[in-house]
Amino acid sequence: MKPKYTIAVTGLNNTDNPGPGVPVIRALREAKSFDVRIIGLAYENLEPGIYMDNVSDKVYQIPYPSSGKDIVLERIKYINSKENINVLIPNFDAELFTFMKAEKELADMGIATFLPTVKQFEERHKSVLSEYGEKYGLDIPKSKAITSLSDINRLSEDFEYPVLVKGKFYDAYIAYNPMQVTGYFNKISAQWGVPIIIQEFVKGTEVNVVALGDGKGNTIGAVPMRKQYITDKGKAWGGITLNDEKLIKITHDLIAKTEWRGGMELEIIKTSDNKYYVIEINPRIPAWVYLAVGAGQNLPEALINLALNKKVEPFKTYDFGKMFIRYSYDMIGDISQFEQISIKGEI
Amino acid sequence: MAKLKYERPIINKINAGVTDKFGMTPGVPIIEKIDGVAVKELIKDYGSPVFVISEKTIRDTYKEAKLAFTTRYPKVQFAWSYKTNYLNSVCQVFHSEGSWAEVVSGFEYDKARENGISGNKIIFNGPHKSKEDLTKAIKNGSYIHIDHFDELYTIIELSQTMEERPKVAIRVNMDTGIYPRWDRFGFNYENGEAWNALKRIMISEKLDLVGLHTHIGTYIMTPDAYGVAAGKLASLAVELDRKYNHNIKYIDMGGGFASKNTLKGAYLPGKDTCPTFDQYADAIANALINSQINPQKMPTLFLETGRALIDDAGYILGSVLANKRLADGRRSMIIDLGVNMLFTSFWYEHEIYPAQNAGKIGEDTTIYGPLCMNIDVIRAAIKFPPMEKGEHIVLKRVGAYNVTQWMQFITLRPKVVMIDTEGKVHIIRENETNETITSLERVPKHLKLK
Amino acid sequence: MKINKNIAISESGFVFDAGTGDTFSLNETGREILTQLKEGKTEAEIKKNITDKYDVPPGIYEHNFHDFENILRKYNLLE
Repeated sequence: MKPKYTIAVTGLNNTDNPGPGVPVIRALREAKSFDVRIIGLAYENLEPGIYMDNVSDKVYQIPYPSSGKDIVLERIKYINSKENINVLIPNFDAELFTFMKAEKELADMGIATFLPTVKQFEERHKSVLSEYGEKYGLDIPKSKAITSLSDINRLSEDFEYPVLVKGKFYDAYIAYNPMQVTGYFNKISAQWGVPIIIQEFVKGTEVNVVALGDGKGNTIGAVPMRKQYITDKGKAWGGITLNDEKLIKITHDLIAKTEWRGGMELEIIKTSDNKYYVIEINPRIPAWVYLAVGAGQNLPEALINLALNKKVEPFKTYDFGKMFIRYSYDMIGDISQFEQISIKGEI
Repeated sequence: MAKLKYERPIINKINAGVTDKFGMTPGVPIIEKIDGVAVKELIKDYGSPVFVISEKTIRDTYKEAKLAFTTRYPKVQFAWSYKTNYLNSVCQVFHSEGSWAEVVSGFEYDKARENGISGNKIIFNGPHKSKEDLTKAIKNGSYIHIDHFDELYTIIELSQTMEERPKVAIRVNMDTGIYPRWDRFGFNYENGEAWNALKRIMISEKLDLVGLHTHIGTYIMTPDAYGVAAGKLASLAVELDRKYNHNIKYIDMGGGFASKNTLKGAYLPGKDTCPTFDQYADAIANALINSQINPQKMPTLFLETGRALIDDAGYILGSVLANKRLADGRRSMIIDLGVNMLFTSFWYEHEIYPAQNAGKIGEDTTIYGPLCMNIDVIRAAIKFPPMEKGEHIVLKRVGAYNVTQWMQFITLRPKVVMIDTEGKVHIIRENETNETITSLERVPKHLKLK
Repeated sequence: MKINKNIAISESGFVFDAGTGDTFSLNETGREILTQLKEGKTEAEIKKNITDKYDVPPGIYEHNFHDFENILRKYNLLE
C-alpha cells in the first residue's frame, strides 16, 4: 500500500505571474509512490490556489517572511499542531532564506524540507553571479550590484546600453539609458529593496532548465525548455521541451560541482554563435515544472522522496517536443470564502 | 461583574491581495521590563524619554564575540570603537572585559587616556590627527594607523626630532567584492599604493611598522568579504617578510559587522539575516591561517567591532504624546522622542514596542517624533496597536551611534542610565538643562536687555 | 448617525459593503459598535452599553468613538 504524506506548499498565486505552488501540487497528486493530503499556505487572500478545486485540502494563511522568522515559525507550529505536516515545499525566492534558516526548527517539529544550503543560496545571488561563474566555470554576462541612484551615472564606465535592471528577488527590465535605469531602480527598490543588479544585455534565445539535485552532486532530473510565447511580465505562456545535450551537461556539471540540494531553475541565453550565458539561477522549482512531469520526470515527487530520505533513482530520459500552453479560467467564488480566509486565516 | 479590558474600536479595510492578520498573530509583543527593571519605574524615576544601557547585555555580547574568535585564532585583541558609544561608563565596561581603545580624534584619544587606558593600548585611526595629536601618540607609544601620505610625512618629520620611535600601521582599502567600496580611507591595495607606503616606512628607519589595518565598510552582511580582506593584508605581510625580513605584530580587521537592526529598504528583518560572530570569525581566521604567513610568526588579530557589540544593549524609552488622524485617514502617533536623539532612525526601521498590554490588532500607523520639523519620523509605516496618550513605548537596539551622533536640536538631550548586572540603575549621563547650553554662549554687551 | 443599508456585518467581524464591493475587518469593540449602529441604537445607548461592559473612562471612549466615526465616514459606510 502506498504511504500517505501531508505536504504543505506555498506559492498558490496562479495568476498571470504564477507561483509554482499549484503545478507542484498537481505533480504531487499524480505521484506514483505515495498519496497526499495537501496543505496550502497562502500569503494573500486572492491567491487562486485557495479557491481552486482539487488543489489544497486545506489552506492556511501565513505571515510574510518580512515579519521575521520567529513569527512565521509560530504560525507554522500552530498549523502543524492541526495537520501534522511531513514535508514543506516553499516556492518563493523571497521566503526561501527564512525557511532555510528555520530548517532545524522545522525538523524538530517533524517537518522535512529539501532546500539548498545557505551557502548555495547566497553565492548564486544575482549580485554576485559573476564570481559564481568564475568559481564554477560558467559564462555569465557582466553584472554589478548598485545600492544608490548616484551609482547610475557611473555605469557607462562598465556597461554599454542597453542593460538589464534586476531586483534582488524579482523583476527584470531592459533599460536603454540612465534615465530608464533610474526609473526601474526606483520601481524595483520600492518593493524589493536594494541592491539592484545591472546586467549586460546578451542577445540570443532564452532557454531554461528545471533540475533537481540530491545534495551529493547527483542530478536526479533535468528538463530543458524554450519559452515559445512570453507575456509582458516576461513569463512563459507556452513552452516546449528541448533535446539539447549541452544544456543538460551544463546542468549536470553545475549540480556536481556545487552539490546542489533541491529544486533549481537555470535561465540561460543561447547566442547565435552557440554560446550559453547563465543569466540567473533560481534556487527552487519554477512555475512551469508541470511540463517536466508531462515529459516524464515528476521532479516534485522525487523531491518529496529525497526530503524523506527515500532512495531515488535519477531520471534517465524525458520526452522532447512536449509542450505546455497556459490558459486562464474564471472560477466562481463567494464572499463567504473570502471572509473565511481574510478573517479566520484558514479555509 | 468585573468589566472587560477595553480596546479602542478599529476598522481596517481589507485590500484584495494583502490579507489582514486577524486570527493569526500571537498578539502584539510588548517590552515591560529591561533586565528585570520595569519600564514604568525607569520613566518615573528618570523621566521620559530616557536612554537605558544594559551592562549585562554588553558583557554577554562581548563574551560571545570573543569566544567566536579565540576558539578559531590563537591571538585576538578587541579595541573598543569610541565613536560608536563613548559614554565613559560604556567604555569602562568594555575595558574591564579586556578591550583596548580605538579612537579617531584627539578628543577621543584624551577621553581614552582619562579612562585610564595607557598609551600602548590605544589605536589611533582616522584621516585627521593634528601634529599635537601625533606627538602625543608617539610619546605614549600608541599605535598610529596612517591614512594618507601627508600624515606619513608628518610622522617621519616628527621622528627626526623625537626620542620615541613612532609605532605605525597603514590603513589599506581594497576591493573585497562588496559595494560600496570604501576607497577614501587609507592606501589602495590593488593599485600598489599600499605597498608604496609600506616601502616608504621601511626605508625611513625611524618608524616601527607594527601592523596592517583595514576597515572595509559598515553593516557588512557578507562574512566572505572579511576573508578576502584578511587574505589581502596577509599577502602584504608575507611580502614584507620576504623583502625586508620584517614581521608585523598584528593585523587589524577594523569593524563593520552588522547588527540585528533592519536597514531601510531591506526586505527581511535584520535579526534573520545578520551573520553571527561565528561566521565572521570563520571567514577571517580561515583566511589568516590558510595564508602564506609563517605559522611561527602569526600576527595578533585586532578587531574594532563597535555596532555589533553595543547595539543590542541600548534602549530608548518614551511616551505617547498624542494620536492623530492624517488627512487621508491614516493613523499617526506622536511620541516624545525624535530624530534629534535617535539619529539611527534615518537608516534603520527601528523595532518599537508598547511597554504595557496593548490591543491585539494593529492599525497602519506613522510614528512621529515631537519636533516641529517635517523630517521627524521614527517609523513611516508600521502596524501598531492602539495606545493612549501617556502610555509608554520602548525602542530596541539603539546602543550604537545614537549617544554620540545625537543633536541638541529644539529639545534638550535626556538622561542615560545603565542597569548593572545586579539590576541596579545608575545615571551615567545627566540630562541637559538650559544652563548646559546657554553657559557656552556669549551675548555682546550692546545686545543685552537693560 | 446611520449605517449604510448595504452593509453586512458578520459575527467574525467581517464587513461587506455590497454597494461598493469593499470589505473590512473589525476588532471586537468595533464590531459591537457597528452592529449596534446598524440595529438603530443611538450614540448615547451605545456609549452606555460599551462603558458598562468595558473598563474605559467615558471621556476616552467618546474620543475614540468620534475617531471611529470619522473612519467610517471616510470609508463611506455612513449614510
